[in-house]
Amino acid sequence: MLSLGRIRLAAAAGRPILSGTGRGCARGFSSSELEEEPGRAESDVYDIVISGGGMVGTAMACSLGFDPHLQGRKILLLEAGPKKQMDKAPEVFSTRVSSISPGSATLLSGLGAWDHIVKLRCKPYQKMQVWDACSDALITFDKENLQDEMAYVVENDVIVAALTKQLQTLSDQVEVQYRTRVVKYTWPRPYQVADSIPWVQVTLASGQTLQTKLLIGADGPNSMVRREAGIPTVKWNYDQSAVVAVLHLSEPTENNVAWQRFLPTGPIAMLPLSDTESSLVWSTSHQHAEELLQMDEESFVDAINSAFWSNENQSELVEAAGSLFRTALTILMPNGTSTRQLPPSVAGIGPKSRVMFPLGMGHASEYIRHRVALIGDAAHRVHPLAGQGANLGFGDVASLTQVLSQAAFNGKDLGAMQHLLEYETDRQRHNLPMMAAIDLMKRLYSTNAAPMVLLRTLGLQATNALPPIKEQIIAYASK
Amino acid sequence: MLSRRSAQLAYRLLTSTYRPALQPRLPVQQSGRLISHSTVDPAEVRKFQALASKWWDERGEFGALHAMNDLRVPFIRDNLLSVHSARQMGSPLSGLRVLDVGCGGGLLTEPLARLGADVLGIDPVQDSVRIAELHLSHDPALCGRVRYRACSLEELADEDEQEEEGFHAVVASEVLEHLADLETFIQCCHHVLKPGGSLFVTTINRTQMSYILGIIAAEQVLRIVPRGTHDWEKFISPVELETLLESTGFSVECIRGMLYNPVSGAWSWQQSTAINYALHALKRREEPQSDRVESESEDEAASRSTA
Repeated sequence: MLSLGRIRLAAAAGRPILSGTGRGCARGFSSSELEEEPGRAESDVYDIVISGGGMVGTAMACSLGFDPHLQGRKILLLEAGPKKQMDKAPEVFSTRVSSISPGSATLLSGLGAWDHIVKLRCKPYQKMQVWDACSDALITFDKENLQDEMAYVVENDVIVAALTKQLQTLSDQVEVQYRTRVVKYTWPRPYQVADSIPWVQVTLASGQTLQTKLLIGADGPNSMVRREAGIPTVKWNYDQSAVVAVLHLSEPTENNVAWQRFLPTGPIAMLPLSDTESSLVWSTSHQHAEELLQMDEESFVDAINSAFWSNENQSELVEAAGSLFRTALTILMPNGTSTRQLPPSVAGIGPKSRVMFPLGMGHASEYIRHRVALIGDAAHRVHPLAGQGANLGFGDVASLTQVLSQAAFNGKDLGAMQHLLEYETDRQRHNLPMMAAIDLMKRLYSTNAAPMVLLRTLGLQATNALPPIKEQIIAYASK
Repeated sequence: MLSRRSAQLAYRLLTSTYRPALQPRLPVQQSGRLISHSTVDPAEVRKFQALASKWWDERGEFGALHAMNDLRVPFIRDNLLSVHSARQMGSPLSGLRVLDVGCGGGLLTEPLARLGADVLGIDPVQDSVRIAELHLSHDPALCGRVRYRACSLEELADEDEQEEEGFHAVVASEVLEHLADLETFIQCCHHVLKPGGSLFVTTINRTQMSYILGIIAAEQVLRIVPRGTHDWEKFISPVELETLLESTGFSVECIRGMLYNPVSGAWSWQQSTAINYALHALKRREEPQSDRVESESEDEAASRSTA
């Protein structure tokens, strides 16, 4: 009997109705993990288990815990690392920072964590300048009046600590197990078959087995949940690593601008941390990254300054074309050009603060399965050049919480595909264009071949001259 | 334009379905006495017995019923909340006793229990009740709030003489169109409800539209529902139902039309009740005897004041 429901689900997933793969169209699990327990397990059945207690996982736990419609549900957060507590910000800045958009700040504020973050340490910035090394083209983003913040630079540890503090107030709603590693997931069948257990089973390193009606995978770019579920991932490694460091500026300044320059080898970015310190994120080839790590401090500082300041990569053709275009723009749109400002010069770096990590792009082709949902880097991994990674994750948290809250208010089984599909559609619609844009930017700026440089030079200048487009970009990135 | 007669004829010609081969035997109580006015139709029981294992396959034969929860659960929840305010966040129906008549595999019983209600689900089909109990057994949070019994409503109503007070709500969703005796059924509903309690019904109207869409399209062409599930003769119009309810001591609060979209597999509310509709009625608090008592006490009060 032809079932229309099947067509609908498959169509929504954009996949063929009759699939030759083991996955089929019911989004069942093709792996051999379909075990049937002989008797019914006596272990507790949780409503929701979140695997991974990073920024996004902890935010998810808080968000679910505070939701009125989910009161009385059993929620558990599993984290392999120790509990992160912070009464006051440590002397030394951490190298891992995120640029938090106003949308994410709103979410964190709703969870009560933003107050803690502001008290601990956070740096708002009002303006961003992005420019090319191969030409004079630049684009500046700023809100109308420099009063409004564009975004905030916050250390990742501060975010986790603030969320952990809020989570502690929810101790009767949300259970947290630290230093807990998962070794195996066992998946259920799409619907009741004989005596099989319909829940997801989570086996911990301690040997304990839990069951849950919904498993949320927040376990980072190498997500075990995603891998074990057999969810195919589109991914590639950029031939780049990022070098991060904390920079000491030559002199104190009203450090409220974020700087990013596209070098042929990759973008170098400086994000303000305080009036005297900034955070460096330099994406470059693996080899160059290794060299940067090996250099002594003075050479490293020189390399940074010259990367931001020198003009050696510019060709005459591009310079001529660029300045011609800029003259034209000045006539057409007098307010459409900006003068290039130079970022503050760097005098030194923080102690023991140079680290590198490889960069890649990844996107799970499905964010959900029966009783499983992926959020954060587990679902999508992006290049840091646009500072969007954490924000996409927080967006996932907001969307999934809303979907689960409504489902609970309608008495639904939380692991049911119907509302999980809504979450997936909502987030993929938002995330995919963003990720495509970031990837395109990365590729566009990875070359110093004259035609590409010319194209992006003119494109950048044109975009800079059109406030409506810039406003759209800011609005999209601020969500 | 199909007249009712030609509709019947056409229906009989087109369907070669569930006409029982044998005359159904009337159900017999253990004492050997025939049960009179039984609401249960044995032919219907057999129909659902065959489908018992399919209840919980959301993309199977009962897919449309699963999807109907999107309408009927909020309908029940919101109407109950307007009468009883929510006791607890996260459990809006906590403290309320609900009877789900014709619960089948428990498709509607479980969501109501998830919202905090104490639900008793009854169904004459033994196999369905077994499936419902099996599905329930895996969820410890629900086990304490749900009970199932394989019995008919009048059996429950008969026992209820000795039972505690009645239910806050009775839900008869997609049941009326399968009954043998509607009047008795409504009377039993009235009997088991508390005064002021709610009756929720979802059923199918008896119109040309419901014949074309509900029988021909749904059963034969699109196979949304298994063939022979519905008998057009048993459909009841909202007007008839309302009359019956009002005469049995209910006051009808609201009636809303529902529409199923076979392409999206989703239900939506609509103005017209031509095909499916949902109804909410309240058991009137005043009993006929109390009218006389009230008028007597009014007289007493009047005589006292004049004295």
